[in-house]
Amino acid sequence: MEIKREPLSAQAKADFRSRQLLAKDMLDGALEGEALDRYVEQGVLTTTLDKAVSWARGNSFFPLTFGLACCAIEMMGIVAARVDIARFGFEALRASPRQADLIILSGRVSTKMAPVVRRLYDQMLDPKWAISMGACCSSMGVFNNYALVPSDKFMPIDVHVPGCPPRPEALAHGILRLRDKVHGHEPAGWRERYEAQGTEEVLEEIDRAGAAINLYPGGDTAGA
Amino acid sequence: MPDATGLELTAHELRDANAESILGTEFFRGQATLLTNPKHVVEVLRTLHGKGYTFLASLHGVDYYPEEPRLGVVYELLDMKAVDRLTVKARVPVDDPQISTVVELFPGANHPEREVYDMFGVVFEGHPDLRRILMPEDYEGFPQRRDFPVGGEPVLFTFNEQTSYGKWH
Repeated sequence: MEIKREPLSAQAKADFRSRQLLAKDMLDGALEGEALDRYVEQGVLTTTLDKAVSWARGNSFFPLTFGLACCAIEMMGIVAARVDIARFGFEALRASPRQADLIILSGRVSTKMAPVVRRLYDQMLDPKWAISMGACCSSMGVFNNYALVPSDKFMPIDVHVPGCPPRPEALAHGILRLRDKVHGHEPAGWRERYEAQGTEEVLEEIDRAGAAINLYPGGDTAGA
Repeated sequence: MPDATGLELTAHELRDANAESILGTEFFRGQATLLTNPKHVVEVLRTLHGKGYTFLASLHGVDYYPEEPRLGVVYELLDMKAVDRLTVKARVPVDDPQISTVVELFPGANHPEREVYDMFGVVFEGHPDLRRILMPEDYEGFPQRRDFPVGGEPVLFTFNEQTSYGKWH
């Protein structure tokens, strides 16, 4: 493919030159009063720390290298060339839960595996997120029997990706929804109906009907 | 595969050694099966082992509910020189599911016997390490028995959200 570079217009060239001269004046100390204020305002972007931190976090998930079953094959696809997850900054799959902040439950979780998964999740450092990938892990799918346990029963899940197995594109979409959530502008979806915010983990110790703890409300740095 | 005549000859030979050991024979679609008394199954397998069936290809359990005796243990034997296969079946009652282990004869039977114990609750007497192998060790019940509930979770759909678990308006 040939790359064409359009020549700058005369107006753009003039603007660039005037900004250059303005900067030179500022460095020389020639700008004063209103002119200096205007110059500073042009170069400053105001935001909140929360938003800036959420922006950084949402664009650099470190997923855990962790596969459970056939969904893991599709999960491997998201780092490959077609659904290149590195475009969004999620390509650094960490081999240790202590370096990861996103766990993708890719496959069925048996009753014997559930404590292991929970321990991996507990070993991850805050802030951390979890994606339940595929039918088995969310609603037990075709293996709705004595052997499996749905992931919501033993850990808080941020995003459920349906499918059996979901295609890599679906998982990439799920991760992007999680990014939206971390950035703090996630469409509520089903949460609207249940008046839920963020990811909730219901703890049995709390003796209050419907007691739920908002672990990681979107756009907030709580738990950092 | 031994043909029907060969199967009968083998059964006769085993009956000569111990009249109670063989309860019957089956020959169905080219597959030869010896129905054995569970009390003498090790003896039968040892004799067959001496006749060349030196490889235990599979050991698995069956639940014949509601027939009695309910539980079955199936040994698939393979003669690797003659390329002959022979099935040995033993049935044990569900109230007293005891059968002798064949680990000393076929060391590879160790894990399959644990699996049959885990899933069907057949107790293999003399097994060196009879623990659950697939399910958690504190699990109660034997999930592959036909009278065991399938289990699972009710799936939350829109039509049953008022009667199912969860929070709703």
